[in-house]
Amino acid sequence: MQAYILRRVAQGILAIFVISTITFALARVSGDPLNVLLPEEASEEQIELIKAEWGLDKPLHMQYFQYLGKLFRGDLGEAMAWPNSTATELIIERLPNTIKLSALALVVSGVIAFPVGVLVAIKKDTPFDYGGKLFAILGQSAPTFAVGLILMWIFAVQLNFFPTSGSGGVEYMILPAVALGYYNVAALMRLTRSSMLEVLDTEYVKLARIKGVAEWKVIWKHCFRNALIVPLTYFGLIGAVLITGSVVIETVFAWPGLGALVIDAILFRDYVVVQAVVLLFAAAFVIINIMVDVLYAYIDPRIRYT
Amino acid sequence: MTAVQTATDTILEVNDLKTYIFTRAATVKAVDGISFNLRKGETLGIVGESGCGKTMTALSLLRLVPKPAGRIVEGEIVLNGEDILQKSEDEMRDVRGRQISMILQDPQTSLNPVFTIGNQLREALGIAHRENKSSMLSRAVDALRKVNVAAPERRLDDYPHQMSGGMKQRVVGAIAMSCEPGVIIADEPTTALDVTIQLQYLRLLKEIQAETGLAIIFITHDFGVVARMCDRVAVMYAGRIIEQGDVRDIFSRPAHPYTQALINSVPKLEQSVDRLYSIDGQPPLLSNLPEGCRFAPRCPYVSDQCYEAYPQSYTLNEGHYADCWALDADWQGTPIEEFVPPTGTAG
Ligand SMILES: Nc1ncnc2c1ncn2[C@@H]1O[C@H](COP(=O)(O)OP(=O)(O)OP(=O)(O)O)[C@@H](O)[C@H]1O
Ligand code: SF4
Ligand SMILES: [Mg+2]
Repeated sequence: MQAYILRRVAQGILAIFVISTITFALARVSGDPLNVLLPEEASEEQIELIKAEWGLDKPLHMQYFQYLGKLFRGDLGEAMAWPNSTATELIIERLPNTIKLSALALVVSGVIAFPVGVLVAIKKDTPFDYGGKLFAILGQSAPTFAVGLILMWIFAVQLNFFPTSGSGGVEYMILPAVALGYYNVAALMRLTRSSMLEVLDTEYVKLARIKGVAEWKVIWKHCFRNALIVPLTYFGLIGAVLITGSVVIETVFAWPGLGALVIDAILFRDYVVVQAVVLLFAAAFVIINIMVDVLYAYIDPRIRYT
Repeated sequence: MTAVQTATDTILEVNDLKTYIFTRAATVKAVDGISFNLRKGETLGIVGESGCGKTMTALSLLRLVPKPAGRIVEGEIVLNGEDILQKSEDEMRDVRGRQISMILQDPQTSLNPVFTIGNQLREALGIAHRENKSSMLSRAVDALRKVNVAAPERRLDDYPHQMSGGMKQRVVGAIAMSCEPGVIIADEPTTALDVTIQLQYLRLLKEIQAETGLAIIFITHDFGVVARMCDRVAVMYAGRIIEQGDVRDIFSRPAHPYTQALINSVPKLEQSVDRLYSIDGQPPLLSNLPEGCRFAPRCPYVSDQCYEAYPQSYTLNEGHYADCWALDADWQGTPIEEFVPPTGTAG
């Protein structure tokens, strides 16, 4: 198990290295950063000055090593649009908000999706099941921002249960987290249902019943853990959904997280910050995947030994 | 298990059992009115081609027919003097494992892949015995030892995928027998393991039977296995038992043309095992059964009468019955030829 984790971490580091190279390259091919830094009528001297200041006078491979060297020390660069702030400072300021929101969204989706998925599988072809299907289809077809706006209109504007937007306590997080989690609830629930149905039909579940094991134990001990294996692999994708979803939903609810930061940075054409946040999102994605793989190996012993 | 036996010896009595599967398209009559008795310590073989309803019969006896499509629609299953079809789901849990148990057709997938075999064994043992951890542990070790698993202490922490096929099969056996049921159903694997491993396993079952007085229902395709293992045989065809009786009777004087064909198709020692079934044609679909004899389209003796109604059951001998019109005193068709047992089979 330890060797397995070590191997996954090494692979993860390699992946992050590759991603950092790609973000660097993308930032260079997507346009000359000078166009952003300088007004159009800038003089030769100004150009030279700025080039030297940002290290753009050096050859590309030198710039790349410089970038990597800084990255290694945790320096993501000076923000262009936020005076006197580094990208790292901006991220550190915003990151906890995004983590809180995503974590809550994840909890919301898991807590709803797994039990409901199991229930609709047990109650296959009953009104429960049909209701669940409808709920799932809605979640997968409605765009996150639309769900966010609808929730905001019902629960904040009409019912006044929650504030419409902004930051503060948990009450500010509930609606964006539900909006963000809903897409995953739907997908996770359907996955849980289908893998649960498959597991319910296996020989080992029959054997458990033959032994005289109580039905609740058959479901929650013998089936659930096996049925989790498939939806869990999906958790990696959920990471991606939460990350990209947070960009949209943080903007809708004016929640001061990384998503809102990257939108601002794009508007101000601050490529340093955009690059830093993209790199972070990518790293988060890799880390989530490693965590999922480790969890997966814990749940399914067959993985551990291969 | 021959000689005189009284009715009080009966542990299981099945009367006119019908189990249907209701699919969207049709009703599959997987078990369509079967009756048999099982005595304590006896081994009954159920033989028949693939799809004739053997597994569905077994699952019915445990009331574990796949829900919601499958349902026992009629009949009685009297186990230890009580009709289990009258029991509640809660009461059934005391029946399963303790009074009747089953070794499933596919031992390779019968163990839960995410729990150790020790865990699964202790769970089964825990249903009958509530004890502290260490005595449960020694019970688990004993149970494995009983099925000839070497170094059982060390195997308890293994996961199923770490064990060989033969070992898994024995563990499944140990789990099924852990609560000392009076009846065990062994559904023979379709894709048999190594022949020697299979034989070892069968011998093991017989040994345990000799020790505990367990009654076994042995489900198989293979008449050769029946000859070796069973006291009595029930031959199934398309959801019905078409002939049953003592092994000796069935082998020396099979009355039903289907049974005769089956026995004739048992491979002789020098033949390959591939050609188990040399009977031409296919059994009828269980979703679309004919009015008359279900074997009629394949039967060499068929006459008009056979298409009109399902044949009556005729008694040939004490406990030997067969459903075939040709056994009637007024039979107008070709008489069934004297059966010549093939050489090199049963003994
Ligand atoms: N879930 C199901 N839905 C519809 N039909 C089914 C279902 N399960 C089994 N059947 C049908 O019921 C009939 C009896 O099946 P069963 O499994 O009892 O056969 P079997 O005699 O055990 O065959 P085998 O020797 O191949 O194991 C078969 O014709 C099969 O097609
Ligand atoms: S009833 Fe007729 S068709 Fe059926 S087995 Fe007997 S002879 Fe053959
Ligand atoms: Mg079967």
